[in-house]
Amino acid sequence: MKQYDIVIIGGGPAGLAAAVAAYDAGVTGILILERDKELGGILNQCIHNGFGLHTFKEELTGPEYAQRFADKVRERDIEYKLNTMVLEISRDKVVTAVNREDGLVDIQAKAVILTMGCRERSRGALNIPGFRPAGVYSAGTAQQLVNIEGYLPGREVVILGSGDIGLIMARRMTLEGAKVKAVAELMPYSGGLKRNIVQCLDDFGIPLLLSHTVVDIHGKERVTGVTIAEVDDNLKPIPGTEEFYSCDTLLLSCGLLPENELSRAMGVEINRATNGPVVNESLETSIPGVFAAGNVLHVHDLVDYVSEEAGAAGRAAAEYVRSGGQESGGQEISVNVEGGPRYTVPCTIHPHKVGETLTLRFRVGSVMKDRFVSVYLDDERVTHRKRQVMAPGEMEEVKLTRAMFDKHPDLRHITLRVEEA
Amino acid sequence: METRNLTCICCPVGCQLEVKMEDGKAVSVSGNHCPRGDAYARKEVTDPTRIVTSTVRVSGSVSGVKAVSCKTASDIPKGKIFDVMRDIAGVTVTAPVHIGDVVKANVAETGVDMVATKEVL
Amino acid sequence: MYDVIIVGGGVIGCAVARYLSRYQARVCVIEREEDVCAGTSKANSGLIHAGFDAPHGSLMAQYNVEGSKMMPELAKELDIPFRRNGALVLCLNEEDKPRLEALYENGVKNGVEGLELIGPDRIHELEPNITDDVVAALYAPTAGVVCPFIMTIALAENANANGVEFKRNTEVKAIFPRAEGGWAVQTANGVLDAKCLVNAAGVYSDVFHNMVSSKKIHITPRRGDYCLLDHAAADLVERTVFQVPGKLGKGVLITPTVHGNIIVGPTAVSIEDREGVNTTAAGLSELLSKAGTTVKQLPTNQIITSFAGLRAHEDGHEFMIGEVEDAPGFFNCAGIESPGLSSAPAIGKAVAELLRDKLELEERSDFIPTRKGILDPKTLSREERNALIKEQPAYGQIICRCENVTEGEIIDAIRRPLGARSLDGVKRRVRAGMGRCQSGFCSPRVIEILARELGVDQSEITKSGGKSKYIVGTTKNRY
Repeated sequence: MKQYDIVIIGGGPAGLAAAVAAYDAGVTGILILERDKELGGILNQCIHNGFGLHTFKEELTGPEYAQRFADKVRERDIEYKLNTMVLEISRDKVVTAVNREDGLVDIQAKAVILTMGCRERSRGALNIPGFRPAGVYSAGTAQQLVNIEGYLPGREVVILGSGDIGLIMARRMTLEGAKVKAVAELMPYSGGLKRNIVQCLDDFGIPLLLSHTVVDIHGKERVTGVTIAEVDDNLKPIPGTEEFYSCDTLLLSCGLLPENELSRAMGVEINRATNGPVVNESLETSIPGVFAAGNVLHVHDLVDYVSEEAGAAGRAAAEYVRSGGQESGGQEISVNVEGGPRYTVPCTIHPHKVGETLTLRFRVGSVMKDRFVSVYLDDERVTHRKRQVMAPGEMEEVKLTRAMFDKHPDLRHITLRVEEA
Repeated sequence: METRNLTCICCPVGCQLEVKMEDGKAVSVSGNHCPRGDAYARKEVTDPTRIVTSTVRVSGSVSGVKAVSCKTASDIPKGKIFDVMRDIAGVTVTAPVHIGDVVKANVAETGVDMVATKEVL
Repeated sequence: MYDVIIVGGGVIGCAVARYLSRYQARVCVIEREEDVCAGTSKANSGLIHAGFDAPHGSLMAQYNVEGSKMMPELAKELDIPFRRNGALVLCLNEEDKPRLEALYENGVKNGVEGLELIGPDRIHELEPNITDDVVAALYAPTAGVVCPFIMTIALAENANANGVEFKRNTEVKAIFPRAEGGWAVQTANGVLDAKCLVNAAGVYSDVFHNMVSSKKIHITPRRGDYCLLDHAAADLVERTVFQVPGKLGKGVLITPTVHGNIIVGPTAVSIEDREGVNTTAAGLSELLSKAGTTVKQLPTNQIITSFAGLRAHEDGHEFMIGEVEDAPGFFNCAGIESPGLSSAPAIGKAVAELLRDKLELEERSDFIPTRKGILDPKTLSREERNALIKEQPAYGQIICRCENVTEGEIIDAIRRPLGARSLDGVKRRVRAGMGRCQSGFCSPRVIEILARELGVDQSEITKSGGKSKYIVGTTKNRY
């Protein structure tokens, strides 16, 4: 059986950043397994700009951002296999994968980094009633068709969900020759970035219908229209508010789901709030030596944060390999959340393993204005930062330092609290 | 004095900007968290510009790729977005293409080049 | 001139075709849609009922029990995924117990083997997730699950291998008797003649019957909404679980599919539109709340799709099988609602024998009773799988990542006789796009493969034939 120090499942932005960081931390026996035909993952179809302001201090398109990391991987001669699907990972880290050249193979890893990314919530998962004609696509599928294949999936479009992919596709479809009639959003706020509403909808006069949803899909062969209705405070459609929109296409941009089928099958514990693995400060899952980063861990808003997080996972995996697979040991403390955050990543911390800095990432469950984000180590408030607006569509973070933990040798409680101003 | 409210598009933060205008010119900007926001606001109220990203067709790719992504090398007048699209609609470039290669020079007479954002071999 | 034209390529039409193909005859199946199994046969519970439900003495009871008994051998011959997983009919309150007992007695009279009335302890031993409200259940170990797509397609492929012609994309407009005897079938592509005609037209079977007979029949399309759950919910139930129709009306069933999903449904709404396969918010909410009473907790977050099917309900609620009195040579397979799928093999065989007698058909000496399904590499040993990939690398390329379907399987689905011509055709044969992402990732790839294999442009590929185009053109073509 082939053996590697670290096998990375997925060659998207998270996998590439994890590989580079692990290599730079001194572990070179790395293999990246990628199911698509090129490295870079979904970034390859995100041809719009806006990536990399944090990482590279300039604004790049998705393919450019991917190329930067793919180049780093190639410069380091890190091994990768394309068109290779991982079918199974065992608890003792035997990765079973298949491709055309090698067939079905087992690969023994000392550490595994899960970077499989996420998928879009489908029409079925949304349980939208109506017919099932052609012309209903997830926004990402449309993005692939338009940006990679050069095909137009439809000419008159309604978009359900104001996630960033939906907003970006509103502009892309408009530029490529389609008429986008409306974007309907179930919630009273957009799930996407504010700037995307300006430059993808407002610039083209596309209406954003907040607190609206699609209640019926018409057309037996191809979509002929959708019915949109307003929803009440409980998100239920209000009778009498239905309006018919004639269109041949419905794009869905209603949230992303981490793809954890492999993780679940190998026995990794999953966090119900994130649908991603439960991880500690080292981004290590419930199985020692198995790490996770990027959208498979929790859905991010910016790829820069994915890269940063994956870098941390790569370094932690390298440390795990170098230490000969030692388990964390010592005290492990769960991070409590109060006052609005839905979760934190990581959700548990071994205080003695915290490095120079530790980033706690989280999302809030509703739009919150004029709040303070505070972290308490036992009763001491170690950070306290004003946030004018926090929205569920945007990921928040708070940085902790080694020094904070050093002051609490007998630490028992860690609390992330969102407080009123 | 006229006031205009904008959302800054320079970065994902999306600052809510307030621009005070006099005689069609910005006299003050508030709400921005960085200098880019100030510059954006002043430009947006007088001469709004955007980066345009799209694709052009590729021929001769050994990997069978049919299109390559591209962008305007810098921002172009917002009113010319569709002129840019029209101007690149008929463009086909020949592989190999590298990031930064000009796929259409001086696109739509904007003085800005359309450049490839992906490598196609 | 055909000996027999079968109108309708659903499970019944294909079953008749398959059993008829053992005789020396020129047979043609005419199907309106671009593929077989595109109507009622594609949207149902996928059950082979044990046969306790249909009233004793009815054709429904007779064909169901016989069909169920034929299934194991047929599944083996035609390589159809079929599993006897057993069924439970739950009784949730004491008042309904007599109904449960009546069901048991009816089943015994119908000749269903192994029926048992069992109590809560045994029920929970069999199915730990069943509601604690259950007071008793009828247990039917011979009930089974089948893939209705593969069953129909397998019957069609085997019939085709034995010489039966299939005309897909061919709508029958009218049927009329020929002056010189036999029947003329007017289609969109011309007139076809046959000595005998089989009406297996599902929700349209009354339309065709009424064209030739003075004794009118009336079919009501009954829509049933369903939800399909991901493999992740597979532990919910192992057996098919019904509720005994009681004071709260008829419940909905929860069953595993033969491929390891869970299916919940159906509702029953009489409608006018014979094409009305749209789900409704009311229907979906009704079925989820009803199913919620069967189990302790219904994992609704695992729903991956919902769909609706139509059942061809005849006013008399009975199968209408056989030669129509005032239309000699015109054979009905009408009013085929549940347990139609279970009865299909028995109906197919019975109608084939009626035609044999009518036309005095001889057995063929070269009849091929078996059909090989599409090879699923997951069923192979590692050595076999690697040998296959070495020989045909397409079996090493996963296209549908949710169901782990390879390019090799998709190519087989397209190239074989009566092969797939659309995304849905591929999906029904090999499950590409059937999984949790619902074809979000694989549809562009499957389109590429379809276009390449069929030698057409990708823009020609449809979801399910007709105007269901997946792509409307190329980018920027408006400029």
